[in-house]
Amino acid sequence: MSQSGKLIPSEVASRKAANPRYQLFHPKWYRPRYPIFWWVEKIAYLRFITRELTSLAVGYAAVLLMVEVWALGRGEEASHRFHDLLGSVPVLVFHGVLLALLLFHSVTWLNLAPKALVVRLGRRRLPDRLVLLGHYAAWLVATALVVWFLVGR
Amino acid sequence: MAKARRSREPFFWALFSAGGMLAALVLPALALVLWFAWPLGWVEAPSHAELAAKVGHPLVKLALFGFITLAFFHWAHRFRFTLYDGLQLSHLYGLIATITYGGATVLTLLAGYLLWTFP
Repeated sequence: MSQSGKLIPSEVASRKAANPRYQLFHPKWYRPRYPIFWWVEKIAYLRFITRELTSLAVGYAAVLLMVEVWALGRGEEASHRFHDLLGSVPVLVFHGVLLALLLFHSVTWLNLAPKALVVRLGRRRLPDRLVLLGHYAAWLVATALVVWFLVGR
Repeated sequence: MAKARRSREPFFWALFSAGGMLAALVLPALALVLWFAWPLGWVEAPSHAELAAKVGHPLVKLALFGFITLAFFHWAHRFRFTLYDGLQLSHLYGLIATITYGGATVLTLLAGYLLWTFP
C-alpha cells in the first residue's frame, strides 16, 4: 500500500494474480432518493418553486407581445379581435394569475439585488438597504415610463 | 495538451440575468396596461393607427426585439433548472438544454421576422 493509503496499480495486479475474483472496492455516493414532489413538503420549498416558475409567466408575456405586434400588423380588424379576446372573462382571470406571478418575480428579483450587487464608494460599501432602495426606485421609474409610453398621447 | 474548453454557462447566465432584470422592471406595468387597463376600459385604448405608429418607430422595434429576446432566454435558463431540480430530470441534460435554448432561439428569430416586416 502506498503512503496515502491508496493501492498502486502493481499491487492491484499482484492481488488479482493471487485471487482472480479480486477487485478494487468502489464506494458509491450516498444519494438519498427524493420523491418527485419534494417541493410541496414545506412552504419555503413551495415559494422557491413558485419563484422558479415565474419564468413561464415571463415567457408567456413575451409571446403575447409578439401576438400583439402580429395582430397590429395584420390590420385594424385583427387588432380589434385580439383586444376583444383580451377582454373576455376567462382570459382576464388567467391574466390575473399571471400578473401575480410577474409581481412575485419582480419582488423576489429586486430583493436579491443587494446580494448580487456590491457597490463600493471608495473604501466603503454602500449599505444593502440603499442598493435595494435604488432598485425599487428604478422599478418605479420604469413603470412610469411604460405607462407614459402606452397611455400618453 | 488539449485546449481547455470554456463553459458556455456564463453566457447563458448573463442573458438570464439581463432578461430577469428587464422583466422585473417593465413587465408588471406592461401587463397592467395591455391586459387590464385597456380591455377593461380603465383608460382609453389608443386607436389602431396610433398604436401602430408607436410600435412602428425603429427605436421601439429595436427595444421590443431586445426585450423579447432577453425575456425568452431568461425563461429558457430558469425553466431548464426548474426541470432539472423540480422534476429531478438532470439526467436529461442535453435534451432539456436543446429544447429550452433551441425554443428561445426559434422564438427570437420569429420575433425578429415579425418586427422586421412590421409596416
